[in-house]
Amino acid sequence: MIEVLFYVFAAVALGGALGVVWAKSPVGSLLYMVATLASLACIFVLLEAHFLAAIQVIVYAGAIMVLFLFVIMLLNLGHDYQRDLKGGAFSLLSFVIIGLMAGVLVRQFGENAITEPTAGGRAIDAALAQHGAVGAIAQPLYTTYVVPFEITGVLLLVAIVGALVLAKKGGQ
Amino acid sequence: MESLQPISGPWALIAMSLKVTIIFGVLVLVVAYSTLAERRVSAWIQDRRGPNRVGPFGLLQPVADGIKNLLKEETLPATASKAFFVLAPIFVLVPSLMTFAVIPIAAPLPTPAGIVDMIIADVPIGILYVLAFSSLAVYGVVLGGWASNNKYAFLGGLRASAQMVSYEVALGLSLITVLMMSGNVTLTEVVWQQQQLGMWFAFPLSLAFILFVISAFAETNRLPFDMPEAESELVTGYHTEYSAMKFSAFMISEFGHMVTASALMATLFLGGWDLPGTWDDAFWHEGQLIRGFTQDGVIVLANPAWWKTVLTFGGFAIKTSFFMLLYIWIRWTLPRFRYDQVMALGWKVMLPTALAYAMLIGGTILVLDEVGIRWGFSYGLALTAVSGVATVGFIFFLDRGRTIIGAAGQSRQKISITGISQPATAGD
Repeated sequence: MIEVLFYVFAAVALGGALGVVWAKSPVGSLLYMVATLASLACIFVLLEAHFLAAIQVIVYAGAIMVLFLFVIMLLNLGHDYQRDLKGGAFSLLSFVIIGLMAGVLVRQFGENAITEPTAGGRAIDAALAQHGAVGAIAQPLYTTYVVPFEITGVLLLVAIVGALVLAKKGGQ
Repeated sequence: MESLQPISGPWALIAMSLKVTIIFGVLVLVVAYSTLAERRVSAWIQDRRGPNRVGPFGLLQPVADGIKNLLKEETLPATASKAFFVLAPIFVLVPSLMTFAVIPIAAPLPTPAGIVDMIIADVPIGILYVLAFSSLAVYGVVLGGWASNNKYAFLGGLRASAQMVSYEVALGLSLITVLMMSGNVTLTEVVWQQQQLGMWFAFPLSLAFILFVISAFAETNRLPFDMPEAESELVTGYHTEYSAMKFSAFMISEFGHMVTASALMATLFLGGWDLPGTWDDAFWHEGQLIRGFTQDGVIVLANPAWWKTVLTFGGFAIKTSFFMLLYIWIRWTLPRFRYDQVMALGWKVMLPTALAYAMLIGGTILVLDEVGIRWGFSYGLALTAVSGVATVGFIFFLDRGRTIIGAAGQSRQKISITGISQPATAGD
């Protein structure tokens, strides 16, 4: 059952990803992107990572993509973006990236295709049982990895301040 | 003899199917009748009679509306993007009817086969599930506005996206205090912690309650926040071009959001299905249904009964209806905000207040835990005092001396209009 569901959601995710590239209008691309993000969230649920699934939907599908939609609609983007993306250099780059990705996948599946629960998986199960869906992520995030977490926060803050400065400059 | 074990095996499947069918059916029925309630209450507030022709007291009006909407012509504007135009009502309708699944509606019901929880899905992410689906609802509104290819509809869609993104921030931040108190995100645990505290979170978290109610009004696009469909400015905003069942889908989802938001406010801040006293408390703790702990931490087993389930469901229904009534009441009491006022309130008032309040409550909880006060009534009283000061300060700040101080403010205003010549009164 879970395997069947996985293939359904994986197919939707891949189809959505192709749709992002092939859609005629930017709004269509964006909706396909939402479909991809939503099916990724479903795959997270199948992996029992409920919190990640919720955050995936709330942050990416629910907030960031809405802002994208807002910007696309506000600027009323037409078809003038196409020549930016359909150059020869971009085609070449995408083929290189696809090749690298395929290489990584082949290597991963060639070496350890076994799906026995590993030590890491058992540790995750124990953490879920002890701290709950949110605590299992929050505990390591605010204890072991608190410094990288805070640095990431500062990085985002710097990005926001930078964007503000640029926006103000453009307005004058 | 009734067992105190959760229901399992084939009976669990039957219980689940029944729960889904009944709760979904009741939800749709409540949504249908809240449209009638809105029209009757608005008529009552405006001293009219309202719809009272179809059936006794107009009770069959929703049926008549439904038949009318099914039989009307579906229009499709020639310049609309057809696929998105048809998809938009579906995108709005589905999330609004799905979110109710994680809200507990009554105390667990004992049956001969085991105990049935009165909640469709007690998912481990609880409230986050609600946030996730309500954040997806904006797509339908925005797409409907964009796909119609009508400038009024488009402006409505733009306003909807900006407004919902803005108020989601304040909504989430006011929720954080509730999560700090309950220690978990599942709604069953939120209800349980309110039972353990001996008071509903509306008192110890009064300011969060106010902020949450305001944000929920903005998220459901109801007056005074109905900028996306402001009739006096945008015809009817994002659903201007919609007719018949597609229009009806937008209406059903608006009322569906109202019902879910009301149930959520009742659960988070008014104890959900909890009634005063500890007789109805019940929670799954390490495989046992417990009512609480004694002073030494020994488990007291719960004693579920069918009449407790019925009574607590009644309590839940009354609390939810109260918030539904509040929605309608405010719609016919307050005028609509200006768009810049909505944005200013969201970003300059609600967001900083919610952030500061989360800090205040977090600090207070830390102090109370360090001092060693047990989680219970006195704990709640201390938080109520702190929150009360914050709430009164917030209200006076928002009021800026206009309504509450009242008379004093008026006398100051009088001085400023002395320049205008007064008509001479008779007998001077």
